[in-house]
Amino acid sequence: MPELTYIQAISEGLRQEMRRDQRVFVLGEDVGVYGGAFKVTLGFQEEFGPWRVIDTPLSETAIVGGATGSALMGLRPVAEMQFADFISCAWDHLVTVAAKQHFRGSTPVPIVVRLPSGGGFSGGPFHSQNPESSFAHIPGLKIVCPSTPHDAKGLLASAIEDPNPVLYFEHKHLYRRVKGEVPEERYTIPFGEARVAREGDDAVVVTWGAMVHTALEAAGELTKDGTEVEVLDLRTLIPWDRERVLESVRRCSKVLVLHEDTRTGGFGGEIAATIAEEAFEHLDAPVKRVAAPDTPVPFSPVLEKAYIPQVEDVAAALRELAEY
Amino acid sequence: MAVREAEPVGSLQEVKEAGLDREDLLAIYRHMLITRGIEERGHILYKQGKIPGSFYTGRGNEAAAVGVGTAMGPNDVGTPLHRDMGVHITRGVEPWRIFAQYMGREGGPTRGRDGNVHMAVPELGLHPMVSHLPAMLPVAAGMALAFRIRGDRRVAVGWFGEGAAARGDAHESMNMAGVRQLPILFVCDNNQWAYSTPTYLSYPVEHIADRAAAYGFDGVVVDGTDVLAVYREARRAIEKAREGGGPTLLECLTLRMEGHAVHDDAFYVPKEMFEQWAAQDPIERYRSWLHDHAGMSDDEEGDITSSVKRLLNDALERAEESPLPDPAGLVDGVFASPEDLDTPHHK
Repeated sequence: MPELTYIQAISEGLRQEMRRDQRVFVLGEDVGVYGGAFKVTLGFQEEFGPWRVIDTPLSETAIVGGATGSALMGLRPVAEMQFADFISCAWDHLVTVAAKQHFRGSTPVPIVVRLPSGGGFSGGPFHSQNPESSFAHIPGLKIVCPSTPHDAKGLLASAIEDPNPVLYFEHKHLYRRVKGEVPEERYTIPFGEARVAREGDDAVVVTWGAMVHTALEAAGELTKDGTEVEVLDLRTLIPWDRERVLESVRRCSKVLVLHEDTRTGGFGGEIAATIAEEAFEHLDAPVKRVAAPDTPVPFSPVLEKAYIPQVEDVAAALRELAEY
Repeated sequence: MAVREAEPVGSLQEVKEAGLDREDLLAIYRHMLITRGIEERGHILYKQGKIPGSFYTGRGNEAAAVGVGTAMGPNDVGTPLHRDMGVHITRGVEPWRIFAQYMGREGGPTRGRDGNVHMAVPELGLHPMVSHLPAMLPVAAGMALAFRIRGDRRVAVGWFGEGAAARGDAHESMNMAGVRQLPILFVCDNNQWAYSTPTYLSYPVEHIADRAAAYGFDGVVVDGTDVLAVYREARRAIEKAREGGGPTLLECLTLRMEGHAVHDDAFYVPKEMFEQWAAQDPIERYRSWLHDHAGMSDDEEGDITSSVKRLLNDALERAEESPLPDPAGLVDGVFASPEDLDTPHHK
């Protein structure tokens, strides 16, 4: 099985979908000749031509609104936001139009919006955000946050196949840092099924995206203390695997919810609330949250390090849980 | 590329050249009567407390809506707005479903999930508007993009008002449509009042259609009370788009003859303005034209009027028989299932 980086897996997955389904096309800024800001679609225009790999004007509203219109006419658009941050310009078209169209008009809107998200490289306040929680609050949108090359490819195929608007958050910090075995053949990964990234019975970390890797490192640290930590990678936030999370909570009795997005109103709060409602009597400690502070993402490396949850922050929180 | 101001339609010969026979002409009249009739009855239903929420009409816009609707081909698509009831009627939406929609009943196109004119029947090539105008313009541009990608000989029609023309969606969609020369007709229902905002506070040029030049396509201003002139200009633009000639911006000039919605008495519109535009009521204007140029007899007119009345009576009765939606099914439609994609309009 070939080993691919996270970004190669996305690129390969997208190419495979475009080869098998003529209805799939890509639109976005600089996706054609340039191959996209991060080169996910490099070489696509040569293979699929300028009308399936469409360079648009700098118009996020027209990109997402246009994707919706083309999906209503039977195509399967995959729109690229150059950075997830820019999706704010197209908020209306996801939230007002695409998310509500099936509920109101019984017409499915099968679009995928690819969102290079996350910090860790001094991108500053406008090139580093993780806005998934904002969209998780909107009924009608599905949200995918892969953490491995294998999941990145399989979840992309599922996203394209899904009859609903899907926000595909690909974490930029993982693009070239994470490698893994990725099957050459096409496969899908069902939404709403968490993955056990690491087994353990003493505590569980519920997380997604780049924080899965942070959690794994922290869990490795805890082994030194004789604490075995399970790491549960949600993979998709809408829908999210409530049952699997609750099962881990009942077994481990101590939970840390971890995300790179800011704390207040973050999706971690929804997970913590569900645990409190459904598994309170199984808890041996209060549910703990580790998340970014409620500030914009700062630029200076020293500030950004203080902002993004680090391995030591997660390890410290796990130790507190273990000692509780 | 200056904006063109379209001439009014005079003779029956001109109309024949534009592709309409006498039967079509009478159908247009009928569609305009149904359009106004639905909204007049809706107004009464609203006052009777049978319609929840608010209520919007397109009085004064019947010719603009029916004219464009008539010009669309059978496989063309569009995203009509709250002044464009005539488009739904022309495309064949059954009036009882519109009353059911108004009343929040299961038989309405949105099955009580959305209200008033926020509706459309996708099988007839129409897709429902949202309140955030002109958000449907980028969607219509996307429909045209799909046609261009596949090489379909189909055209998308996107509507907006002169008020919504101020928003970025209008710019982004027209710019992209111009860059890609997409098969789309942008129709501006310029009824001169965006709620209470007059045109001179909405845009600083003479015509909205003047903007077309900035996007590299044609702009046309037409008298929106002249149904045949609207038809002729829309037809020309749609067929041009179908042949690969790119977008057109068609501005239909009318006056909104009522308030923004029923709660609004439009006190801010000068009385003389209403009087002036009432004198060129689109339906009365067309009725006279049919008598003078197409030989519509009093008997023919009477037949049409009474058949429309019967249609609407029956429609209202049927709508009131339509069940209210079952709250137990509320959450069912939030997400689509794969089998929902197997519909004729998803092609």
